[in-house]
Amino acid sequence: MEETRVVLDKAGEFLPTSARAYEAVGGYTGLRKALADPDQIVEIIKASGLRGRGGAGFPTGLKMSFTKAAAADHKYVVCNADEGEPGTNKDRVIMEEVPHRLIEGMIIAALAVGADQGYIYLRAEYPHVKKVLEKALEDARQHGFLGTDILGSGFAFDIQLFIGAGAYVCGEETALLDSLEGKRGEPRVKPPYPGVAGLWGKPTLVNNVETLANLPAIMEHGPKWYRRLGTERFPGTKLFTLSGNITNPGVYEFPVGVTIRQLFEEVGGGCPNGKRLYAIQTGGASGNIIPASLLDTPLDPESCDGVGATFGAGDLMFMDETCCLLDVLENLTEFFVKESCGKCCPCREGNPQLLHLVRKFRHGTAQEGDLDLLVELGKAMTVGCLCGLGQMAPNPILSVVRFFPQVFAVNNAYAREVS
Amino acid sequence: MTNSIAEVVDADVVLVLGSNTTEAHPVIGAQIRQAVKRGAKLVVAEPREIPLVEDAHIFLKIKPGTNIALLNGLMHVIISEGLYDRDYVENRTEGFEDLWEVVQDYPPEKVAEICGVDVEDLKEAARLYAQADKAPIFYAMGVTQHSTGTAGVMSISNLALLCGKVGKYGCGVNPLRGQNNVQGACDMGCLPGDYTGYQKVANPEARAKFERAWGVKLPEKPGLTVTEAVKAIEDGRVRCLFVMGENPLLSDPNLNHTEEAFRKLDLLIVQDIFLTETAELAHVVLPAACFAEKEGTFTNTERRVQRIRRAVSPPGEARTDWEILDELMRRLGYENNLGSPEETLREIASLTPSYGGFSFQRLDREQPQWPCPTPDHPGTPILHVGRFSRGERALFKPAHYVPPAEQPDEEYPLLLTTGRILYHYHTRTMTGRNAELNRIAGRSFVEINPADAERLGLQQGARVKVKSRRGEVVVDAVVTDRVDEGVIFIPFHFADGAANRLTNDALDPIAKIPEYKVCAARVERC
Amino acid sequence: MLKLTIDGRPVEVSEGTTILEACQFLGIEIPTLCHLEQLKAEGSCRMCVVEVEGVKNLQVSCATPCWDGMVVQTKSERVVSFRRLILELLLANHDTDCFNCPATGRCKLYQYAMEYGVEGSRFVRFKEHHPKDESSEFFNYDPSKCILCRRCVRVCNDLQVNHTLSLKNRGPDTWVGLPFDKLFKDSNCVSCGNCVSVCPTGALTAKAAKSFRIWEVTKTRTTCPYCGVGCQMDLLVKNGEVVGVEPAHGRANPGILCVKGKWAYHFINHPDRLKTPLIRKDGQLQPVSWDEALDYVVEGIKKIKEESGPDAIAGFSSARVTNEENYLFMKMMRAVVGTNNVDHCARL
Repeated sequence: MEETRVVLDKAGEFLPTSARAYEAVGGYTGLRKALADPDQIVEIIKASGLRGRGGAGFPTGLKMSFTKAAAADHKYVVCNADEGEPGTNKDRVIMEEVPHRLIEGMIIAALAVGADQGYIYLRAEYPHVKKVLEKALEDARQHGFLGTDILGSGFAFDIQLFIGAGAYVCGEETALLDSLEGKRGEPRVKPPYPGVAGLWGKPTLVNNVETLANLPAIMEHGPKWYRRLGTERFPGTKLFTLSGNITNPGVYEFPVGVTIRQLFEEVGGGCPNGKRLYAIQTGGASGNIIPASLLDTPLDPESCDGVGATFGAGDLMFMDETCCLLDVLENLTEFFVKESCGKCCPCREGNPQLLHLVRKFRHGTAQEGDLDLLVELGKAMTVGCLCGLGQMAPNPILSVVRFFPQVFAVNNAYAREVS
Repeated sequence: MTNSIAEVVDADVVLVLGSNTTEAHPVIGAQIRQAVKRGAKLVVAEPREIPLVEDAHIFLKIKPGTNIALLNGLMHVIISEGLYDRDYVENRTEGFEDLWEVVQDYPPEKVAEICGVDVEDLKEAARLYAQADKAPIFYAMGVTQHSTGTAGVMSISNLALLCGKVGKYGCGVNPLRGQNNVQGACDMGCLPGDYTGYQKVANPEARAKFERAWGVKLPEKPGLTVTEAVKAIEDGRVRCLFVMGENPLLSDPNLNHTEEAFRKLDLLIVQDIFLTETAELAHVVLPAACFAEKEGTFTNTERRVQRIRRAVSPPGEARTDWEILDELMRRLGYENNLGSPEETLREIASLTPSYGGFSFQRLDREQPQWPCPTPDHPGTPILHVGRFSRGERALFKPAHYVPPAEQPDEEYPLLLTTGRILYHYHTRTMTGRNAELNRIAGRSFVEINPADAERLGLQQGARVKVKSRRGEVVVDAVVTDRVDEGVIFIPFHFADGAANRLTNDALDPIAKIPEYKVCAARVERC
Repeated sequence: MLKLTIDGRPVEVSEGTTILEACQFLGIEIPTLCHLEQLKAEGSCRMCVVEVEGVKNLQVSCATPCWDGMVVQTKSERVVSFRRLILELLLANHDTDCFNCPATGRCKLYQYAMEYGVEGSRFVRFKEHHPKDESSEFFNYDPSKCILCRRCVRVCNDLQVNHTLSLKNRGPDTWVGLPFDKLFKDSNCVSCGNCVSVCPTGALTAKAAKSFRIWEVTKTRTTCPYCGVGCQMDLLVKNGEVVGVEPAHGRANPGILCVKGKWAYHFINHPDRLKTPLIRKDGQLQPVSWDEALDYVVEGIKKIKEESGPDAIAGFSSARVTNEENYLFMKMMRAVVGTNNVDHCARL
């Protein structure tokens, strides 16, 4: 099955860091169009139906309109490149292959909301991406795409690269902003939302790499062109990361609405060594784990929600029949225990208790009532934690309880599942 | 204070001059730090590297006694760079030419030399202050306790007026009063020339009003200030002294001299809660109640009148000052006594326009700032909005820098300055009773620069003798660059190692405030 | 104005009002552990959650602004069971030796556990608590009692702005500590005690706190007797003795005090207090009756006034006593003694 490339259009066909090379393949055309009538950008993005690619799927045009409407002496555009979700590598590919598309998207976003400074918050675990971005940013500056007078328009905007310090939670936009301000990376209570009071208390547009990298094509070709791809409620393409027990792991761009089966079979080539597919974790480490029977689910947020899968940032981790789901849950919960920032009580105190209970099942020492407690705590966390980390951390557990109840059979779990 | 404390949190620039705010007024110090944390710029001018310097964007480590030169220098920069508020100066002040006449003699280079500060820092401080929208000035005894204290205060007003920062939210001229009710004691007319609310004794109308209210003939001649009274006691002109709730034998300058004078008194009456150094010399001591044992009001540094309430009974036979005074007046033949502190406030309100709106009942509900002339007046958070006490225009009162009365010389080569520390209060009659505080800070000390210490061969913590022309004390040496070379500092709290055995009783000619903050001294090894 | 319904009761509030404030206005009790009214809501303890119709997740009432037409439930089954779970999670790692805790009676964890019928925790203890720090002269720190509400950290950093307390480590290992794991006595702590004043449990307690239980004391609102700031505070009195001081929210003090206001109250009950009038006899001050002392003063003043005139008498009033007393002193000197020789140490 052929990819449909919008964000990754022409990737691999030119020198990624070169602004001129990018221009030669049609790059920066969207920006030139945007510069012609900056006031229209937000309306165009709204019309395109673009939604955030970081996991929450919030309408990008609407988000932009809040920051645009907020009056302030400074506004910021922050690119969330803290791609920390295990099993997600799509932003890395964008930044490595088409860094100028991200830069162009950020300039368009800044123009749209009236920002004068941009930041790319890059996770520390991508040192090679750092080098690429540094080069690309410098090249963009030299060619007048960044600076005090962008392409002679009088518009001033520059982008600073900021390297995170290795905290998963800093992918949450307000924790990211705190980290950017030099504080402990902890999510802020909302409202106020960053669009109105973000970095240093100023209106700040925070968007994911992939979201921003969609802006140039929308500006270049118009919302109508964009809407011909994807679904009615989630237009465009999406970068999907396939990992786990799959023959061709990797990042692939397809229109939203492609089915899991299409990606698993036609792109991924199925499980290696002829093994049978057992479960799929959808939407990253904090997403739901679903059985192979749901392979025909189309990948868009509405369809995923309908069956109990997670669309998220488009991650699919395939697990074959040799996989022990209690091992998986233990591993994932250990991750959340470690990555909880410690600010809100249910996440800080709850995750270690989830882990303790999962281990009891894992070790076959669970007792009557443990499953009820596990579910009660997990459900409470999903509705009561401060940020997405705590709210989503119990998802893998709760989805396994739903789709694989046999896994939690008291005192006999491990043996039963392996058989 | 012309403005209110809480406004500082909104400030853009805060100028602190002669105030060790976080130690002497910690809760205001904390609010200045909140402002800095929020993004305000802080300028500190002080002879010592006080804790607030950590938060300062500009620290002007001035030589003791050079405030006026500094202020004139700031104004020179502001005027010559055209940063002053022309509209305000034109419409709301007079005497600008006279101000320039004086200030022009203080170019930044010269001032930097006098004060011992960096000329660029000085200029930057001037620009920061002048260009800020909301910029309060806070000052305390570091400005006033000089033989030129009054001129220092006026120079601060000049600076604020020049920049249009009087009568405006978040600005103002803000003296920090050292004691809980020093503002109230002044407001209540415990000043030789003033009745309540600064109604002048010399004004026949005011006198007539009080004579009518009190039903007696009142003396016309203004009385003696504390420092003048001490001289009069020495001369034998004053034979009886009634001291209520004060300890001049630790807090007065040139203590040895004060003590000699007090011994000459025919009758020394001391009314206090402890047997203070002063009480020990008394002929009669009257035991009083402390703040927790009585009803009444205090007026804070921002002119806010607040209640105190009785929580416990006085110990033994002790009585409240109010009860003692009430009984004394009766026995001295006065018959129109007031029934209670509450009734007393009613009489104060009836005779004092600025306090006219206060009553216990209202103060239980809200605590307005004076002037508050009527019960329905909301009080006055900011003074001089649109109008000054003297009329529509304020008058610049320029002053030249005059060096402190006593300068270092060969015999006394160091400049001694005095002040407070966080852990004690005044003469320690109250804080000295806390074992914990005494363990943290139990003894007097002298801060001395490492260069001076080395010259004298002093180790950290050594016992040293500090001498001035008026006396000597023995204290611990704290070797630190908080003070510059040539400057030493001693806190005035401790009876043993009392700074005021050394300080100079040279007075400011107007306010009669002694020059506690600077005198010449010498340090010797013990 | 916004119209909303809370627990079936209609209420009108102005734009920007939080649900918590609206509840307080209606007299509806909402449990809070992390909330500090002087600071921006942090929403970390999650005790104050409520259910808002049409919103999937529970909302923290401290940080959620009201909107027009909002329908709020503060005591629904969902809300109550969530709060219970929070208490259980906290209790799992809390040292519940309440008999020995100085905070007994004022501990919010204890109070809410009682209120919500949480008698124990279904969860396991997993924390190794850091050692106690009893090095401060004034207070003790026991991390095993800490529920990480962070009020102390915020007071120290955002109100006192002294940066002594900070959060260390992350996630379940988070604890409140000092830079470089210093003890309080070796740190930059200025002993303002504001962290102690806001601690909802027995983690930070006054050393003197074991001498009383909160139900034994009465509180009297008054003004601090030290510097000129005029902080408002409450005196805690047990059996006629001041045993503690709590900051109040004054116009000059945003719920904080300094080391002197908070701790230096021992002088009130100090044995050195003067308890009887004294007259110098044979060179020694000796106890006498009030009558004798007052007569002595009156006779002395009358005699000197007769011999040398009223201006031979001077009075120093006090910046320490009340306005009413200063007024009376001034009136006595001028109207009764007949001299204007009255001053006080404003200049000192």
